[in-house]
Amino acid sequence: MTREFDVSLITENIAEMCIEANHFLSEDMKEALYAAAEREDSPVGREILSQLKENLKIAGEDMIPICQDTGMAVLFMEIGQDVHLTGGDLEEAVNAGVKKGYTEGYLRKSVVSDPLIRENTGDNTPAVIHVRIVPGDKIKLTLAPKGFGSENMSRVFMLKPAQGVEGVKDAVLTAVKDAGPNACPPVVVGVGIGGDFEKAAILAKQALTREAGKNSELPHIAALEKELLDMVNETDIGPGGLGGNTTAFAVNINTYATHIAGLPVAVNICCHVNRHVTRII
Amino acid sequence: MEYRIDLPLTKEYAEKLRIGDKVIFTGTIFTARDAAHKRMDESLDKDGTLPFDIKGNIIYYMGPSPARPGRVIGSAGPTTASRMDKYTPRLLDLGMAGMIGKGKRTPEVLDAVVRNKAVYFAAIGGAGALLSKCIKSSEVIAYDDLGTEAVRKLYVEDFPCIVVADTAGGNLYDR
Ligand code: SF4
Repeated sequence: MTREFDVSLITENIAEMCIEANHFLSEDMKEALYAAAEREDSPVGREILSQLKENLKIAGEDMIPICQDTGMAVLFMEIGQDVHLTGGDLEEAVNAGVKKGYTEGYLRKSVVSDPLIRENTGDNTPAVIHVRIVPGDKIKLTLAPKGFGSENMSRVFMLKPAQGVEGVKDAVLTAVKDAGPNACPPVVVGVGIGGDFEKAAILAKQALTREAGKNSELPHIAALEKELLDMVNETDIGPGGLGGNTTAFAVNINTYATHIAGLPVAVNICCHVNRHVTRII
Repeated sequence: MEYRIDLPLTKEYAEKLRIGDKVIFTGTIFTARDAAHKRMDESLDKDGTLPFDIKGNIIYYMGPSPARPGRVIGSAGPTTASRMDKYTPRLLDLGMAGMIGKGKRTPEVLDAVVRNKAVYFAAIGGAGALLSKCIKSSEVIAYDDLGTEAVRKLYVEDFPCIVVADTAGGNLYDR
C-alpha cells in the first residue's frame, strides 16, 4: 500500500520546525546545560553557564531566538519507499517551508546565493538537504539549523589506517583545541569515522542530532566517546573559552564501513545552541 | 575587577582594564560584521571616510535577528571576531577604542590593540536573547541593503563583557 502525501504538508512542518528549533532546545540539550552548571568548577565558567540558562529561558518566554545566528537549515529526510509525494517538487516544498519559517518567525536570513558573489537570498533558502529512502510509509524529518561560528571550526582528516584509534583521538582534540572560544563552547562534538570523504562529514553532522548523553550502541565506540569527552573536558577551554571543565556536553561518534586504504575522520563541532527537531509524519 | 563604564571609553580608562576584568557598558556602540567591514575598508581606500566617527568608539561584531513588531531588536549576541582581523588594525590605527566579539584574534590585531591603547572585549557567545535585553535602541545608519549586516547605532544599558585583550598585551584565551 502506498501512502499519498501532498508536499504542502512538508512545507508546513518545516516552517514550524524552523521556528521551534530556534527558540527551544531539546530536553536532552537543556538537561546537559543544567547538569553542567552544577558540575562546573570554575567561577567564571559557572557564571557563563547560568547566563546561558537564563538566555534559554528568555528565548522561550519572549520568543527571541536563542542565538542571533539562526543558522543554515540542514535537513535529514528519511522517506519511506511506500510514500508517494504529490502536489509539487519536494525540494521546492522544503525551501518554501524554510522561507516561511524564517520570515514569519523573525529569524535571521544568513544565506548568500553564491559563495563568491555573496548576495543574501533574503529568505534563508536554500536548505542543505540529505535524503534517504527507507522501508515503510512514513517520512521522518530532522531539522538542524546550524550556526557557522562552530561550523567554520569543523574539519575532515583523511587518516592512514595505521594511525588507528590514536589518530582519531588526535584529530578530535586538534579540532576542538583549534576551535577554542570561537565555537561558543560548551560544544557538542559530532564525529564521523569511515565511509569516504563526504560520507564521514555527513556522519559527523548527523551525530550532532543524537540525544545528548546517549552513547553509541557499539561498545568500542561508546567507550571511545566517553574517553574523548573526558579528554575534551580536560583541555580547560571551558564555557565561553574562559576556562573550566565544561568544554563539551557530548562527543557523539557515527561510523560506517570504509576502504582498506583509508580512515576518514570528520569532526563537526556544534555550539551549545545545538538545535534539532524531529518529526515523523 | 568589575567596572561599570559609561561610554565612550577613554584611553586612560582603557589602560586600567586587565584581562579577566568584567565590564558593564552603558552608552552608544556601533555594529559591523563581515560585509560592513569590507565596505568600510573600500570606503577608506576610496575617499578616507567611514559611516560614523570611529575615533573613541567601539564596534560590536553582531548581526541581529529581525525585531518582532514593537521590539527594539531581535536576538543580538556576538559573532566570531577573527573574520574581521584583516580589517581591524587599520580601524584601530584610526582611533577605534575597542571591539566586542568572541574568539581568538591574530597577532597583528593584538599588536594594534597595544599600540593604540585599545581593548578587545568578549560578550557571551550564543546568549543573544539575554544580551538583546540590554539594547535600548537600534538604528541602521549605513549599508541598509546589507540587511542583518548593516551598520547599526545601538544604545546599550548594563551590557556585560569580559576583557580578553588589554593594553598591556595580555590575552585571556592564551592560558
Ligand atoms: S556558534 Fe552557535 S552559539 Fe555561537 S554565534 Fe554561532 S550559532 Fe550562535
